[in-house]
Amino acid sequence: MTRNDIILEARGLKRRFVTHKPLFGKPTEVRAVDGVDLQVRRGETLAIVGESGCGKSTLARLLVRLIEPSGGTVHYEGREIGALGDAAMRGLRRDLQFIFQDPFASLNPRMTVGALIEEPLRAHGIGDAAARRDQAAQMLTRVGLSPRHADRYPHEFSGGQRQRIGIARALACGPKVVIGDEPVSALDVSIQAQVVNLLEDLKQEFELTLIVIAHDLSVIRHMADRVAVMYLGQLVEIARTEDLFRAPRHPYTEALLAAIPLPQYGARKVKVSIEGDPPDPIAPPPGCRFHTRCPYAIAACQTDRPALRDLEPGHSVACLRAEELDLTGTADAERSHNPATERRFRLYREARHEELQSTPT
Amino acid sequence: MLSFIGRRILIAIPTVLLISVFVFFMQKLLPGDPVLALAGEDRNPEILEFLREKYRLNDPLYVQYFTWIGNALQGDLGISLRTQQPVLTLIGQKLPVTIQLAVMALIIAIVIGVPAGIVSAYRKGTWVDWLANILALSGLSVPNFWLGIMLILLVSVKLGWLPASGYQPFLDDPLQSIRTMLMPAFVLGTGLAATLMRHTRSAMLGVLKSDYVRTARAKGLSETTVVVKHALRNALVPIVTVVTLLFGELLAGAVLTEQIFTIPGFGKLVVDAVFNRDYAVVQGIVLCTAIAFIAMNILADALYRVLNPRMRNS
Repeated sequence: MTRNDIILEARGLKRRFVTHKPLFGKPTEVRAVDGVDLQVRRGETLAIVGESGCGKSTLARLLVRLIEPSGGTVHYEGREIGALGDAAMRGLRRDLQFIFQDPFASLNPRMTVGALIEEPLRAHGIGDAAARRDQAAQMLTRVGLSPRHADRYPHEFSGGQRQRIGIARALACGPKVVIGDEPVSALDVSIQAQVVNLLEDLKQEFELTLIVIAHDLSVIRHMADRVAVMYLGQLVEIARTEDLFRAPRHPYTEALLAAIPLPQYGARKVKVSIEGDPPDPIAPPPGCRFHTRCPYAIAACQTDRPALRDLEPGHSVACLRAEELDLTGTADAERSHNPATERRFRLYREARHEELQSTPT
Repeated sequence: MLSFIGRRILIAIPTVLLISVFVFFMQKLLPGDPVLALAGEDRNPEILEFLREKYRLNDPLYVQYFTWIGNALQGDLGISLRTQQPVLTLIGQKLPVTIQLAVMALIIAIVIGVPAGIVSAYRKGTWVDWLANILALSGLSVPNFWLGIMLILLVSVKLGWLPASGYQPFLDDPLQSIRTMLMPAFVLGTGLAATLMRHTRSAMLGVLKSDYVRTARAKGLSETTVVVKHALRNALVPIVTVVTLLFGELLAGAVLTEQIFTIPGFGKLVVDAVFNRDYAVVQGIVLCTAIAFIAMNILADALYRVLNPRMRNS
């Protein structure tokens, strides 16, 4: 892997939030992202997974500087984006786009859909008014809506349609990297498949690099090339999707995989479960942050902080016992794949294919 | 839109009638006799009786009401018992004064209050926010009469920049008219600016936190565009509500301010009329004020529909 392959990189990225500020004394802080190193390769789909509150949305926002880091840097195409001035950063937003989680709240209710999609084009000075309108119409068609929808307001659409509008908006100005912050979690399961497929199609077509934040592992398995697992603000494992699902090397990943519901009774041979809520991120436990819930924890885990290290090429893990543990993945890969889900994805893909071929472009 | 406004006006008619009933009968409950007030020292029973007959005060109440409302519908609000002038003429003299004062006060309030609210929401928790809040609190707490007197002392007496009192009709000499009205409008406007600033701030705080504002930033828009185009326009609905309500209140007259600056507006007229039991004048003014309030409400509803596309097809 050469340097050139890396389009976006986080180095020692940190973000603290002040949760409580007393009149006197030290403010209470949450370390939402606590020292993350991450390299995103050009053209890949990278998924970031973890429980609610583990800092994955914060990480996503830091990667495109929607919020400022408390420490560490983000580099896009070798340039440190934290060092850019306001105007340069606004220019860069053309390359780095974001799809938000909530399709209901993330569209300005006062603006027509056409205006919403055109706005980034206008902001970046792309084309004239007529060209922008054409581009908006084209994007609407591309995401499976109609150009005449451009004159309507967001509240006139369903959740799935709005998320398509959000996607059209994100892609209109021709970005290189698109970050989806749980882009389908607010949608019905039946709509999720459509939107996931749409994202995949568009990724191919526009040669995007896609970073997807998610907590739904079945969606990730379907989309991602690589998966990064996050726990309490830190990355605990990064690997190619197949490797991670087949042979996880971190106990937390194993527990996450074990939580995927299987459609058959008795399909799961080993029962791994972690109990309780994640520890309070305001006061994370010393040593390995997962040791309080880890079924394999030993004495050293309480004191020694494991660093993320390469176990084999392309597979990094932050666990003291990574070498000795034999963890269970979803070994028969198919088992975790619900046949019904597979069929739904396939049928939808075929339908889309026909639709695309029948409509002249 | 026109049919919407037409419908709202039709709905407003029963409201106005109801208000007229209230005004009419509540006033009859007030102690005191207009005839005694009118006759003054001379309590000759014959004269009192003559006056009662003349102003038809001996008719049953409901007959009096229907006579009054019937005439009012034809544009005749009766005659002032006190000055013998038609009520409509009296209102016609005072209304332009009050409207000018109200409009100027409101412009001052908007020019100060809305930007202050935006800045203090945008810089929440910083010294700018604190400063704006302290000023707003002072604006609300300082009584109008005190501020008025202080302003007269400073601006008119000491500096001699603006006339201390009086009124110049706008059409006669617009510049002089604005000059005489500037101080009273400022006194009224600063108090309202405080209210407006608080409402703008809270509306903006809500909107600035919303997801679509984050979306706007992610698009790469400039902060000005984000704040004005995406945030402010969505925060306008509560601001419009407050502005129209404030304007309605201003139209009812600002007694103290008018008194201090000796402006011949509504406020003084209505206070005099109440003390003199000048029924026709009180009724006429209250009716006018009520209609003004209702008109402002209809205007606010119409503006909501312009501002918020979600309210359009309901």
